[in-house]
Amino acid sequence: MAIRLRDSAVSIRLEACGKTFADGTRALEPLTLDITAGETVVFLGPSGCGKTTTLRLIAGLEKPDAGGRVRFGDDDVTALPIEKRNVGMVFQSYALFPNMSVAQNVAYGLRVRRVASVERAAQVTEMLDLMHLQEFANRSVDQLSGGQRQRVALARALIVKPRVLLLDEPLTALDAKLRETLRVEIDRLLRELEITTIYVTHDQAEAMSLGDRIVVMEKGRVAQVGTPQEIYYRPASRFVAEFIGTMNRLRGVVRGGLMEIVGGHLPCDAADGETAELGFRPEDARIADASDGALAGRVAAAFFLGDRTRVIVEGVAEELIVVESSQRRQFVKGETVHIAVRPDTLLRLN
Amino acid sequence: MSTFGYRLRFGLQLALTLATCAFLIAPVIMSIMAGVTGNYFTGIARSGMTLQWLEQVWHLYSQTVYLSLQIALACLAVTLVLGVPAAYVLARSRSRLTRLVEELLVLPIAVPGLATGLALILTYGDVRAFRTSWLFILVGHVLYTLPFMLRSVLAVMSSIDLRTLEEGAASLGASFRQRFFGVIVPNVRSGILAGALMVVTLSIGEFNITWMLYTPLTKTLPVGLAETYASMRLEVGSAYTIVFFIMIIPLLVAMQMMSRERRRIVRVVEDGNGNPASR
Repeated sequence: MAIRLRDSAVSIRLEACGKTFADGTRALEPLTLDITAGETVVFLGPSGCGKTTTLRLIAGLEKPDAGGRVRFGDDDVTALPIEKRNVGMVFQSYALFPNMSVAQNVAYGLRVRRVASVERAAQVTEMLDLMHLQEFANRSVDQLSGGQRQRVALARALIVKPRVLLLDEPLTALDAKLRETLRVEIDRLLRELEITTIYVTHDQAEAMSLGDRIVVMEKGRVAQVGTPQEIYYRPASRFVAEFIGTMNRLRGVVRGGLMEIVGGHLPCDAADGETAELGFRPEDARIADASDGALAGRVAAAFFLGDRTRVIVEGVAEELIVVESSQRRQFVKGETVHIAVRPDTLLRLN
Repeated sequence: MSTFGYRLRFGLQLALTLATCAFLIAPVIMSIMAGVTGNYFTGIARSGMTLQWLEQVWHLYSQTVYLSLQIALACLAVTLVLGVPAAYVLARSRSRLTRLVEELLVLPIAVPGLATGLALILTYGDVRAFRTSWLFILVGHVLYTLPFMLRSVLAVMSSIDLRTLEEGAASLGASFRQRFFGVIVPNVRSGILAGALMVVTLSIGEFNITWMLYTPLTKTLPVGLAETYASMRLEVGSAYTIVFFIMIIPLLVAMQMMSRERRRIVRVVEDGNGNPASR
């Protein structure tokens, strides 16, 4: 494939980039972050956490508060508006131009750069091929499905060989199945192109599968930066633990290295008499026999998922516990079950 | 309801509608007929049809037709240059100040044209060269028609996600000029066209302000009309009305067609970018 973006990809450095809006709202606490050239970094968090503001700072659609700097490689781009930063951006609402055909939309970035029309046509054809959009070249945008529109938006952003690709919740407007398909497609594309990518989403599955690194954000602050595995297995805070995947929480008083809860006890290295909180993921526990199950509780509900059954257990701790079982058996509401947790997977949450 | 009852009701409704139309259209037809009648008082049957009144009107008043067209086109040019950028600013910035400006812009429509005309004379009447120029009338027309252009463009701008559209263009390297003329203007074209037709139509037919501002050398078509009605034969006045109809009716028809077109475009744009599409 002729389209290579590795050479144009740059590293990004945010230095103390905060953002306070005109009405005094603090959208982002000063943030310092290094992004390697060619890396895909996903900003993940609930709405209002500052992830989109960070993306817009990198894009040049917002300016950081005084003292903040944005660098692309060796260039300080803080003062440059978006049109001078050579970025590619994909919006949740596509932002395609309704007055132009698919091909004209894709060609737009080249046209404003005054690329000669022959050269432009060749590049557009190549890009449409890459995105499997050849047959739609002359269609108007409103004749496309949501997935096709987002592919056009990607093609339009990539054709200018941007230094950075910025994706703002690109899949949120699509239905679940299409989202899955397009996610795989985007993943393949990003690996192939080796372009520096910033991806903003509130969907943890998207973040896990696309990100080389994930930046989890909470209320304008970075909660944790790490690979998907680090974020999932070693969450830095209770917020991260709960935002990503399902986390069971148990709270109790520690005596002699064991934390005592309603349904039994779990190993915990907190000091005697201290109140501790432990967490574990559903897949790290199993329904066991009474002899080796450390925790006992009652089935509150069970959902058969095909390959496994998701069992909700009450009476183990203050909150309900979720456990997954691959046993081929029925779980009856009210039935007593025993749960064995792998001790090495227990997380200290406080 | 029985078929008979349904038919009866339909028949009555149709009759009422036709009667109303006849009541409204009859004066128009009478007026047109009078303009081509040899002598209105002896009747068309005895005096026959003639084009002499039209010829006479053209001979006496063709200047007013040209001046009205000139003012209408100049008015269109000014309202385009002022109105489209103003609508853009109002659409992009949603502050209390811009809301106030938007409300204030309706004032020239609410204030009687005579008052607007008088205010212009009081303020600028002493500047002789300006007072006697057709530009003086143009200013009045612009005051009156600008809100129509602005609101028409603003309506379309508010119905599409202007900001994201512009950010999309900017991210691809487009300068403000390129964004404005290459993306914004084409996508609000329907509003601009509808506003343009409205401005030209209103300017050609404007009487109240113009009647205060005109001089014997800057008479527009409606002013000429009033003059013939007041001081000439009924047939001449009616023939003049025909001239006015010939100018204004194509514009009205075009305006109707535009508004249909605009509804279609707005629908497409809303469906195209604004809403989550998951087809």
